[in-house]
Amino acid sequence: MAHEHKLEIFRGLVKFKSNIQKIWGVLIFLTIVTAVEVALGIIKPDFLVHTRILGMKLLNWIFIILTIVKAYYIAWDFMHVRDEKPGLRKSVVWVPVFLIAYLVFILLIEGDYIYEVYKDGFVKWNF
Amino acid sequence: MDTTVTTGAEGSVWGGGNKPLNASYGKMMMWFFIVSDALTFSGFIAAYGFSRFKFIETWPIADEVFTHVPFFHGNYPMYYVAFMTFVLIMSSVTMVLAVDAGHKLQKTKVTWYMFATIIGGLIFVGSQAWEWATFIKGDFGAVETKGGQILQFVKADTGERAALSDFAKDLHEDRVQHERKNGLWFTSEGAGEAFSVNEVVEGFKANPNILVRTEMLTEEGEKTLLTRQQSLKELENAKYVIKGANLIRNEYGTRLFADFFFFITGFHGFHVFSGVVINIIIFFNVILGTYERRKQYEMVEKVGLYWHFVDLVWVFVFTFFYLV
Repeated sequence: MAHEHKLEIFRGLVKFKSNIQKIWGVLIFLTIVTAVEVALGIIKPDFLVHTRILGMKLLNWIFIILTIVKAYYIAWDFMHVRDEKPGLRKSVVWVPVFLIAYLVFILLIEGDYIYEVYKDGFVKWNF
Repeated sequence: MDTTVTTGAEGSVWGGGNKPLNASYGKMMMWFFIVSDALTFSGFIAAYGFSRFKFIETWPIADEVFTHVPFFHGNYPMYYVAFMTFVLIMSSVTMVLAVDAGHKLQKTKVTWYMFATIIGGLIFVGSQAWEWATFIKGDFGAVETKGGQILQFVKADTGERAALSDFAKDLHEDRVQHERKNGLWFTSEGAGEAFSVNEVVEGFKANPNILVRTEMLTEEGEKTLLTRQQSLKELENAKYVIKGANLIRNEYGTRLFADFFFFITGFHGFHVFSGVVINIIIFFNVILGTYERRKQYEMVEKVGLYWHFVDLVWVFVFTFFYLV
């Protein structure tokens, strides 16, 4: 069991003196990210709602990216992925990432296709 | 002559002499489990995305559904879920502090941090139960048409949602309550405050201040408000009066919305619940000194991995159910 911890986050931008300090630092970061998400969700700034990138609102892209950022810090610092050997890290991270990206891609394309069929097809369903 | 062949494999890479991942058996298995469980959850969430893309123009707006905070009246979108998220992240922090104290073999600290983690988990599960109860009870009520569309009601002057009880007319109709003995033995209904479709429609006609809101989203991402004329036309197709939610229909919109809500948050809540149970077992083991005698607290680290994973999943559920 590795007792030594890597004590820097943000690629070395922030360095901590002890593991306990790092834990609190990550908590503060996660809290700020969550607060930003909730604030954006309540305010819903007009320009973020109306700008669309790849068919999705910019606001939703921001939410998804912030979620992945949070997930990264939970896995890396709370689940100690940062301190594991690269082999373990790669096998537990990349396998799900590829499988999930593939699954989501296929299902969202298919869902959108069915939406088009409902909308433009000859089936009357909106009555 | 010495016939024994020494391969000298103990130290080489292929002889099993080294530990390429530097993790114990138990920890590896926990990671295996987490990876497979992550795929189960992503199956659920991807299915949710699929159904949502299918009904992209009519999906309910989460801000308008989850607006309640216990002990407070009024409209507070998101606040309570944000609180729940914070509780779970906080209990993740106490868990990781317990693991850290375990590395240093500080039994008292591990005990207290484990205790705090369990409390955090219980608060979260309790909040989720409350959230379910509120969701099932519903607040304004709606009408479903023959085609399964949900029609909600809005006050024309203020733009606020109107509850069925605000305008439905009591027609003193004779209503026969459906009982098990009069039909299929497994179906029955509660007495409730239910109005008949007729009472809602008559009440609507008598009250010019009420408008119908359909599920269809406008360009601005809000629900379409009909005129009085259109509203009356839509109400001709009214078939059911709905209050709250179950697995068949719900007052918030697409049926699948409630189904996915129950399945995904339910499956996650079940994970939190089992996490609390496992944490309690480990907590007592810590108190009894099991790990003190083993001279290592790796067990705390393993349940910690599971607990953080539950938190990780919630981060995604929070985004896809409440934010996006």
